[in-house]
Amino acid sequence: MGLRYQHFESIEKHAGKLGILIAIMVSLGGLAEITPLFMEAHKVRAPAGVMPYDALRLAGKDIYVREGCYLCHSQMIRTLQFETQRYGDYSVASDSVYDRPFQWGSKRTGPDLARVGGKYSDDWQRLHLEDPRAVVPESNMPAYPWLARERIDADDIVARMRTLRRLGDPYTDADLAAAPKALAGKTAMDAMIAYLQGLGVSPPQQERTAAAGGAR
Amino acid sequence: MPTTEAVLPKETYNDQIVRLFLLGAAVWGIVGMSIGVYAAAELAWPALNFDVPWLTFSRIRANHTFGVIFAFGGSALMGTCYYVVQRTGHTRLAFTALANFTFYGWQLACLLAMATMPFGITQSKEYAEPEWPIDILIAVVWVSFGVVFFGTLARRRIRHIYVANWYYGAFIIAVGLLHIVNNLALPVSLTKSYPIYSGAVDAMVQWWYGHNAVAFFLTAGFLGMMYYFVPRQAQQPLWSYRFSIVNFWALISVYMWAGSHHLLYSALPDWVQSVGMAFSLVLLMPSWGSAANGLFTFNGSWHKLRTDPAAKFMVLALVFYAASTLEGSMMAVKTVNSLSHYTDWTIAHVHAGSIGWVAMITIGSLYAMAPRALGRPAMHSHGAMELHFWLHTIGVLVYVIAMWAAGVTEGLMWRATGPDGSLAYPFLDSLIAVMLFYELRFLGGVFVLSGMVVMAWNLWHTAADARAHLVHPIPVPIPEPIAQQVPPPLPAMPAYG
Repeated sequence: MGLRYQHFESIEKHAGKLGILIAIMVSLGGLAEITPLFMEAHKVRAPAGVMPYDALRLAGKDIYVREGCYLCHSQMIRTLQFETQRYGDYSVASDSVYDRPFQWGSKRTGPDLARVGGKYSDDWQRLHLEDPRAVVPESNMPAYPWLARERIDADDIVARMRTLRRLGDPYTDADLAAAPKALAGKTAMDAMIAYLQGLGVSPPQQERTAAAGGAR
Repeated sequence: MPTTEAVLPKETYNDQIVRLFLLGAAVWGIVGMSIGVYAAAELAWPALNFDVPWLTFSRIRANHTFGVIFAFGGSALMGTCYYVVQRTGHTRLAFTALANFTFYGWQLACLLAMATMPFGITQSKEYAEPEWPIDILIAVVWVSFGVVFFGTLARRRIRHIYVANWYYGAFIIAVGLLHIVNNLALPVSLTKSYPIYSGAVDAMVQWWYGHNAVAFFLTAGFLGMMYYFVPRQAQQPLWSYRFSIVNFWALISVYMWAGSHHLLYSALPDWVQSVGMAFSLVLLMPSWGSAANGLFTFNGSWHKLRTDPAAKFMVLALVFYAASTLEGSMMAVKTVNSLSHYTDWTIAHVHAGSIGWVAMITIGSLYAMAPRALGRPAMHSHGAMELHFWLHTIGVLVYVIAMWAAGVTEGLMWRATGPDGSLAYPFLDSLIAVMLFYELRFLGGVFVLSGMVVMAWNLWHTAADARAHLVHPIPVPIPEPIAQQVPPPLPAMPAYG
């Protein structure tokens, strides 16, 4: 105890001092781990050819987010042999630069979807979303039949693209202008299928490996 | 002496706000856990989704987590915090009107969140699902909560700030910081926004938040509860005050580094993963230190376990706290994590922590606090508390063991390979293998929920006097002023001033 404890005693007797010290102690970890990532994020953003979601796939991604698909499906193939064997090349940071929020997930009640694009036909995806047990009898996935009945609101999607552009996603005026036509007559089901079929497909293989060298 | 009593208006504790939060906690506990039980049933029997959007598992899962963590846990934390800061400071709660606002504001935020999430209005960030207007309301309520808490500390009559208040203080400061940083977003409309972070950065921010929501909401806050109610219920002084100081600073500073253990083997830079793993291992020490400090406080009072259900809840809570923090540190080791991550082992771990540690320390503290706040010598029914204890304990064990079994099964099946190196099982086989455990988990949930209903019934009857407005406010024991006291003693605050 003695003198050194007296210093501590003053913390214990002054609420303001205690509060400020707490604020400092709890800030260190986040500052140390998040700040460098912000700086690195600019490097990760670089790979050419990785384009932001087109209007239909963006609509699909937001429906994926809305329905809470990430609660049972990850989009993160870990750097483990048995993961790459099952799902394909491991995920790299550039795969998800346009995901706001990220969709890596935390639980797999169903399989990983990071590279599900093209693995099943559009018709399979449609049937499966309408009634999962029609194609996979043992599945416990909920059905999402309402997606087929829901029209995509083009104005809403354009507003979303505009917001994303303000956050730094490189949408051009031409992209925005083309969106209503691309979305005309589309349902939420069409959008969802377009999104799923694009997962893991867009960045060409060689760019992915180049990015992997940079990010890891 | 009668003359001085006539001059000085009597100061009383503000227990009205404590009673309101107690009611909130009881109601939200049942709501949040009922949704959890239903969601568990949907995973076991998917027909229960009924093709109704707002009843679908993926839509209501956040209602369960938000309902139990923020609505139930939040109400219990704020209520006990207001109770403890008054008692340990011998002072009435500061800013009565603002304190009332924190109650109604918090309940409104919870209601709005619970009412919007099933309709797809969600940021889809785990444990931070509500959209931006609700986030702003939460931030305003939270800052008000901080003002009431620190305002009360400022007018305390005991100079020394008791350790329970440090934990409550750290909980308030850190959760405010986490909530604001993680929810920074650009709105598209009233019901949709995009986070300012994307991809790997968003993942790091989210799990810095998610992990520390566990650290500060579900650990620091409830440790504050523990540090007051455990010595109170054991009728023993804290085992080691000095040890509580060491654990406090270690816990709050180390926890904040450990979030990246949620992202091992992912596309997050390797160094961040390794730092997260290392700090997670260090974290075991203050965690076990706090658990040991609580448990050893029962030295000399272990006989209470035979007769006092509140003490039983507290002791078992501390055992679950020690067990789940050991488990957490082990799961943060990369090798273990490669097996446990993405499986139901995570769900087992979370529930050992939440219905083991968090719910049990809360229930124990509520049973200790409720009679005092409700003007009764004891809870209405002793038998009902015993029944609750056994329902809850059986429920937690069934739940956690079922999910451990499911998680290890999944982890082993996902990595199993045949002699030729090819994968031994398609994904679907692992789901089929754990369906029985999903049914058992539902059963465990039913037990825990039934216990909560028993508690609500018991509280309702204990509150009979309070409901009839027969409860007299408890006077604050104002310490005798010392000659030439610096700062001068505070005058008593009238109840409605």
